[in-house]
Amino acid sequence: MTAYIVRRLFATLPVMAVVALFVFFLLRFAPGDPAAIIAGEDATAEAIAAVRGKLGLDRPMVEQFFVWILQLAQGDMGVSIFSNLAVTRLISQRLEPTVALTLSTLFVAVALAIPIGVVAAWKARKLVDRLVMGFAVLGFAMPGFVLAYILIYFFAVQWQLLPVQGYRPIAEGLWPFIECLILPSVALGVTYMALIARITRASMLEVLAQDYIRTANAKGLATDRVLLLHALKNAAVPIITVIGIGIALLISGVVITETVFNIPGLGRLTVDAVLKRDYPVVQGLILVFAAAKVLVNLIIDISYAFLDPRIRY
Amino acid sequence: MLKRILAGALALVVPFAAHAQGQEKVLRAVMHADVRVIDPIWTTQTIASIHGMLIYDTLFGNDADLKPQPQMVGKYEISPDRLTYSFTLRDGLKFHDGSPVTTKDVIASLKRWGAKDGVGIRLFSYVKKLEAVDDKTFTMVLSEPYGMVLESLGKSGSSVAIIMREQEALTDPQQQVKEAIGSGPFKFAKDLWVPGSKAIYLKNKDYVPRPGNEPPSSFAGSKIPGVDRIELVWISDPQTAMSALVNGEIDFYEAPNNDFLPILAKAKGVKLMMTGKIDSTQGMIRLNHLHPPFDNVKARQAMYYLINQEDFLRAIVGNPEYYRVCPGLLTCGGPYENDGGSQWMKEYNPKKAAQLMKEAGYKGEPITVLFTTDHNTITPATQVLVQAMREAGLNVDAQSMDWGSVVSRRAKKEPPAQGGWNIFVTTSGGVGSANPVLHTWIGAACDKGLFGWPCDPEIEKLRNAFAFAQTDEERKKIAKDLQTRAMEQVVFLPFGQWNTPLAYRADKIEGIVPNTGLAVLWGITKK
Repeated sequence: MTAYIVRRLFATLPVMAVVALFVFFLLRFAPGDPAAIIAGEDATAEAIAAVRGKLGLDRPMVEQFFVWILQLAQGDMGVSIFSNLAVTRLISQRLEPTVALTLSTLFVAVALAIPIGVVAAWKARKLVDRLVMGFAVLGFAMPGFVLAYILIYFFAVQWQLLPVQGYRPIAEGLWPFIECLILPSVALGVTYMALIARITRASMLEVLAQDYIRTANAKGLATDRVLLLHALKNAAVPIITVIGIGIALLISGVVITETVFNIPGLGRLTVDAVLKRDYPVVQGLILVFAAAKVLVNLIIDISYAFLDPRIRY
Repeated sequence: MLKRILAGALALVVPFAAHAQGQEKVLRAVMHADVRVIDPIWTTQTIASIHGMLIYDTLFGNDADLKPQPQMVGKYEISPDRLTYSFTLRDGLKFHDGSPVTTKDVIASLKRWGAKDGVGIRLFSYVKKLEAVDDKTFTMVLSEPYGMVLESLGKSGSSVAIIMREQEALTDPQQQVKEAIGSGPFKFAKDLWVPGSKAIYLKNKDYVPRPGNEPPSSFAGSKIPGVDRIELVWISDPQTAMSALVNGEIDFYEAPNNDFLPILAKAKGVKLMMTGKIDSTQGMIRLNHLHPPFDNVKARQAMYYLINQEDFLRAIVGNPEYYRVCPGLLTCGGPYENDGGSQWMKEYNPKKAAQLMKEAGYKGEPITVLFTTDHNTITPATQVLVQAMREAGLNVDAQSMDWGSVVSRRAKKEPPAQGGWNIFVTTSGGVGSANPVLHTWIGAACDKGLFGWPCDPEIEKLRNAFAFAQTDEERKKIAKDLQTRAMEQVVFLPFGQWNTPLAYRADKIEGIVPNTGLAVLWGITKK
């Protein structure tokens, strides 16, 4: 297993290199010019050219690429064209809100979706099952931002139970931290919850039809033991796979959720940087997201071995 | 109740101390953009100037009537030939690091501004000498009696003539300064700055405001900090910002979306306030004078027959209370508003436009319009324009792109088929557009001018004459001649003027003064 993990970690290096290559050149080929944005409305073409020169954006693209790669090799992601702050500082400032939002969404989604998926499978084709599947269809169908505005309207503006927007770090207290995350987690988690609930139900239905479940029932084992220990464990591999895929969905989902709830996370940083053509920041962020995705996939693959003894690396 | 129960339960279980801000008076304001750049000379972004006006001071400040009033300057003298200006700084001026403000800092700052800002460049083209007499007094000697020295030093809007420490002011104006240390009423808390989220300003307890407790009037008056801390919070989603104001999470919302004004007007504790009378936005359609068909003045004039300002303004603003038809190039309601050339805008007639285009030699070639897709006013305005052009049977090649791409593309002088363009839509601030010298879009300086590159020596001559005029009557006459000529040459097509009210929590804050180019935040107090 250790050799496998080491091998996988080394395999991330070429992946990251390809990502770096693509993100750098795609950004440069995309329309837009940060120098024109900085120089402003009343800037002449000469003024824009002067800013571009000072930023080094007039140098050959290949030269700019190698300068960036050399910086990266030294652990330096560069400096934001606009704020003049290190990209690593900008990313680290935004990491906590995004991680907090992602984990709280995962927690909300997994903690609710798996039990309701299990119950739906257990009560297949009965009212509970239909309600759960109805919820799943609704969860898929409703865009996250629509749900977000509905939640804000009722829970924040009308009933004033929770804040409309913002993020408070955990260092400022647990309740301020949690109250800022409740609405965003629900808004972001519903689609995800629907996805996991459906997969859990489907996977459980397949397992519940197996002979060993019939045997367990015939032996007189309690239903909860049959469902949780015998069925759910064997149905877990596809569920874990979907949770892993869902993390990629979450990364794109946080962009919208962070915008609507004004959470200063990596999603909003990405959108702002793309709109302003802040190349170093976009490049740094894409690398971080790619690394996160690679890491999540690795964790998922490793978890298979623990859940299913037949899987060995 | 539920909130209290939950909070109480959690407080019992988890011994985290609540974050206490004590009795500190905090103003939380959502502005039209986020503070991303700390150098208001390096960029012309308005938000950078708002940031700059909190932490830096200026020699003069133009008041709400655009009249320059001394700010850092204690006294000044102008020689009878109007060629020599002598300025003496007020006592007690100190930078945030404790060092005194001296003429060395002032001269370096003015030179940097004069090398970057359009108004500064024009002023410095007449500056023969700028030298210190001692630490507090300096003189500016002109080569000609330029009439707008004090107005330029006190200008609002973008790239204000702020005074930095000499060490920052010596930075190349094409590069951003690394520190934001000024001598203004607030200090910038750089360590707490999260670009794209919030910028924090702490009261400068050592600030010495102008004596006399003068009430603020735009950039003039005693700058007495009204709160201990100002947080410029950036909320990009207008609906969220509106909800946050209604919920009392923020105190001040500079630029609410027009669609939400009726909701805000009814919200408890919230008030709307119209900003200054000329603090408006002017809509402009810019044609590219370098390439056919608009290298022909007749084709440019044909476009006037496609502009019905009401159509544009209804699409952008909706409520007539917040817009006005303005068939001129200089801000309506401003001191130089006039009717020169307004006859061009009397008739919406697509057939006549098509006929004039034909007479100008247009044979149905594609006309490239840079179609901004992500701007709350420029996007609907472009939609109206494209529709009118299609009604006239013009072959419109509307190329959709985000505003960042338009900003980059419009700088290209190549023909449209090679990556250039024919038309783009933009806006200009009403304060700058009120003055023919400050209104750079009215210029026609050929290659040295702004995108579209109108080229007309007569227009430039008139702009220059305005800057040298000695009386207001003379200025008004020149302004009218200038507008008449500029409309005839079609430097741009105006599509109206509008004004967005700001919104604030009247139950929490007071002391908001009308804007004249930039929001004035330093005098706002918390109830």
